[in-house]
Amino acid sequence: MYPREFDYVAPASLEEAFVALGDDAKVLAGGMSLIPLMKLRLLSPGLIVDIGRIPGLDSIEEADGHITIGALVRHADTASNPLVTANAAALAVAASMTGDVQVRNRGTTCGSAAHADIAADQPAALIACGATMVARSASGSREIAAAGFFVDTLTSALTPAEVLTAIKLPKAGPGEASAYDKLGRRGGHSDYAVAGAAAWVKKSNGMVEAARVALTGVGTKPMLLEGVGSALVGADGSDAAVAAASAHALDAVTVLEDLYGSEEYKGHLAKVFVARAMKKALAAV
Amino acid sequence: MEVSLTVNGRAVTSDVEPRTLLVHFIREHLRLTGTHVGCETGYCGACTVHVDGKAVKSCTMFAVQADGADILTIEGVANDDVLHPVQEGFWERHGLQCGFCTPGMIMSSIALLEANRTPTETEIRHGIEGNLCRCTGYHNIVRSVQYAAAVMRGEEPPPPDWET
Repeated sequence: MYPREFDYVAPASLEEAFVALGDDAKVLAGGMSLIPLMKLRLLSPGLIVDIGRIPGLDSIEEADGHITIGALVRHADTASNPLVTANAAALAVAASMTGDVQVRNRGTTCGSAAHADIAADQPAALIACGATMVARSASGSREIAAAGFFVDTLTSALTPAEVLTAIKLPKAGPGEASAYDKLGRRGGHSDYAVAGAAAWVKKSNGMVEAARVALTGVGTKPMLLEGVGSALVGADGSDAAVAAASAHALDAVTVLEDLYGSEEYKGHLAKVFVARAMKKALAAV
Repeated sequence: MEVSLTVNGRAVTSDVEPRTLLVHFIREHLRLTGTHVGCETGYCGACTVHVDGKAVKSCTMFAVQADGADILTIEGVANDDVLHPVQEGFWERHGLQCGFCTPGMIMSSIALLEANRTPTETEIRHGIEGNLCRCTGYHNIVRSVQYAAAVMRGEEPPPPDWET
């Protein structure tokens, strides 16, 4: 399968990339989502802007109280990086469960976010961990909270002129921890999530002071479950409190039936994995 | 567009369309047909090669992205007539039936063993999760990788299942 013909540029700097970008262009980083779509001819951009040769985008760094993941950081690096595992364990785990070995060697965390698949793992972890998405274009830079970045099915908040140049994660403070768990389409943790959930919690004096829980694979987009988080806040984090909070998992979710499960089954899985993610996060505090 | 890369230690330069996939470049421009095209959607792993030492699916990468890269394909893993230990393992432990997935399986297994000299059975199964086999049920593939792991550590391989 060949994609349709396209023009190709590999700019040496972000500034050059911004100039090339437009309505008929697509950004290529790892290509693990974009190239299959092009081969299936579901997408036929006229211009591919390959950012893969731009220096300085492939590192994970700590600065100003944040962990910054550059646009060319691969899933395998996100999964194993000590800064990520220490400060955003949910994201490291989600990255380790993304695709397969070969996909994790090529695909990028930022690319997965920009692609905004409804069943991708890392978007849920980014939302739960309170990530900030850094979008840059020729006209400047703006920061978008992860919870508002995933707009709809395969649609992020990025404009065609923008590149997701980095993702910023807050450093974990005392009493804070996060976790991710899923059921994959091929069973276990393999492949896209039939249902996956990420949870971030902050505990102090034995009580849950703050919580963010996000769901993927079940609804029309990876999304923050505000009802679950607020139900957990003020509780003691016991199994009973987790069960009570997970009952809110579908409060604002339109469950999509698909090849992998009925509405009823996926709704059930959502509650199961929301509970598991919260338990794992609470146990990790 | 002109691309220059190293394939199995040999420098090659060629003119390709931007849409040329790396696997087609390897098979059709270089005539190295050991790398297989299976599903074409990124799932099956039959097209697995090493790019700068990492296992990747060459059907999901454009040749232009590999400009300047060092590529290893199944044709480059044996040392003249001496099979790579992973190739030897697939031979000794019957790790293939139809053989279509085998080049990709071997490339993924080599990458796994280069990163982890002592993988458990679970780690081997996870290490080849990106490679599908429709014949073997994976059992003998896992035994083949265990054989290779032992040989690469300089140890006696475990006896075959049919002798135990």
